[in-house]
Amino acid sequence: MTELIDPTFYIKMYEQMLTIRSFEEKAIELFEHNLIRGNIHPCIGQEAVSVGVCLALRREDYMLNTHRGHGNCIAKGADLKRMMAELLGRSTGYCKGKGGSMHIADFEGGNLGANGIVGGGLPIAVGAGISIQNRGTDQVVACFFGDGAVNQGTFHESMNLAAIWKLPVIFICENNQYALSTPIQEAISIPKISDRALAYGIPGVTIDGNDVTEVYIQMRKAVERARSGKGPTLLDCVTYRFYGHFTGDPGRGITYRSKEEMEEWLRRCPIKRLREYLFREGLLSEEKEEEIQSHVKKSIEEAVRFAQESPFPNPEEATQDLFY
Amino acid sequence: MNLRELTNTEAMVEALKEEMTRDPSIFIIGEDLVAHGGIFGQFIGLPEAFPGRVIDTPISETCIVGAGLGAALTGMRPFVDLHFADFTTCAMDEIVNQVAKIRYMFGGQAKIPLVIWAPDGAGLSAAAHHSQSLEAWFIHTPGLKVVSPCFPYDVKGLIKTSIRSDDPIIFFMHKKIFSRKGPVPEEEYVIPLGKAEIKHPGTDVTIITYSIMVLHALEVAEEMEKEGIRVEVLDLRTLWPMDWERIAESVTKTHRVIIAHEACLTCGFGAEISARIQEELFDELDAPIFRVGAYRVPIPFSPPLERFVIPGKESLKKTIYNMFGKEIDSK
Repeated sequence: MTELIDPTFYIKMYEQMLTIRSFEEKAIELFEHNLIRGNIHPCIGQEAVSVGVCLALRREDYMLNTHRGHGNCIAKGADLKRMMAELLGRSTGYCKGKGGSMHIADFEGGNLGANGIVGGGLPIAVGAGISIQNRGTDQVVACFFGDGAVNQGTFHESMNLAAIWKLPVIFICENNQYALSTPIQEAISIPKISDRALAYGIPGVTIDGNDVTEVYIQMRKAVERARSGKGPTLLDCVTYRFYGHFTGDPGRGITYRSKEEMEEWLRRCPIKRLREYLFREGLLSEEKEEEIQSHVKKSIEEAVRFAQESPFPNPEEATQDLFY
Repeated sequence: MNLRELTNTEAMVEALKEEMTRDPSIFIIGEDLVAHGGIFGQFIGLPEAFPGRVIDTPISETCIVGAGLGAALTGMRPFVDLHFADFTTCAMDEIVNQVAKIRYMFGGQAKIPLVIWAPDGAGLSAAAHHSQSLEAWFIHTPGLKVVSPCFPYDVKGLIKTSIRSDDPIIFFMHKKIFSRKGPVPEEEYVIPLGKAEIKHPGTDVTIITYSIMVLHALEVAEEMEKEGIRVEVLDLRTLWPMDWERIAESVTKTHRVIIAHEACLTCGFGAEISARIQEELFDELDAPIFRVGAYRVPIPFSPPLERFVIPGKESLKKTIYNMFGKEIDSK
């Protein structure tokens, strides 16, 4: 992993994490101004998982995503303009306005889509793994899901099938510790989600999901294992979502999370942590930081402008795209 | 055309064999397929002919269907065997929320060359969990195509078309017709989806039907001929897309309609067809549209109970007599 001694690699991580955060902040702002309808599930606070995981992937590798999936989309290489257009329901969006925030897919970039059903992506990831094995390529599948998904039947069926067939699937639990309002401690009877890997005879690790380098290192190991035909890994990335479940969550989740807990996790912000590390190690200067911030700001502004200038789909398009 | 007699099972195996030879991206996945070619022998010879391409799975219906979808999205053409149509319930999220919606929800980015094959139907004392006809659920779900043929010729042609289709297909086959024989050409052919076929021409009443009820309808048509009622039997073969053109043609010819299926009558496919006919062809009708279907109860085990619940030849005859104001033969 020579990239870990390359300063530009850390700068890349930092810029991607900042991009995700800015995208989400802008999306929340647009939602509050009624320019985005429905709801959004911001991933603010979880950026290190998205970036750490996706930097270990190639473009042709597959990804299955969740309803809280903007960050994973961005990290997998999606175009911010087409993402924002989708959030605004425009015809230039990734799904031509048919999917919205919860259902962005980018098949050309290996992103097989975000699922509104908790645990919905896991069986699809297994199928993509079977396909890779059949076609004999060395691709892998990164399957994201939340801690809420680990008690769905799909989690168990998928882990088992991937394990018995040694499929190249990496199961990544974005463990933000709450399934909507239910704390994970009340939802499982074992200390860690990764303990479940034992039941399927595969490696499982619980990691600090707010440490992007740690996520990257563990993901690289899992990817190498998968690419060499040794089978799946379960990564339990412990993190926190600062904004609660969704834009409609009262007080960013204050009805089920204590103020102290929320403040404590704000102190553990993954971006802040990386930034401090970069300054400490002399990998980032204030000048360089300003340059990155202005670049990120510009790309988000461009995405919003593109989305707002794009037309809404014609109503008749609602009957298209059902069948091939 | 060189015809031979094949059973429905043989026709299906032949179709799969030809398609799997032609296209290496096709594979079959499901429970208990390899040991003896499927629990109905529906894949007999295929595990040996195509090593590694007939995949046995643990009992995980949810994940089998979801995995079929994942493979279909990434360049393969999976043929998923669901053992029994009743087991679709274990994979309803996969079928209804994933398979049916992914292409549309993602703005047409995906194609889904996936066949989900499931034996359905009652009449074998298999009781409530192995006897259902659930096609109406899937016809009701946008994004799915539904096929339910009953003759070997149609089975072979439609299996081939379904495999080649880039849209998800739910393919039902009634368990009681597996060993039924019929002529099948030796030459290559396919049957397009969405095309019904008149299996018995008539001028007095049309029975619109599919699957095993076609066989009952054909027997009734023969018998009615002797009584001077000329029955037209229209076999839909594909339920969705529905062949409205062929339905309208027949209704316009006979002006009387019976719609028959083995599934429960309430909210069955017959209700949809009936509604469409009265909306668009009301002036063509000389009599109310009648429907024939099962009672709205689970399929019971004991033979007399099961016979009572599901429709057959007698229910069709009774309906025709009713329609034409005839007394029912007490025999």
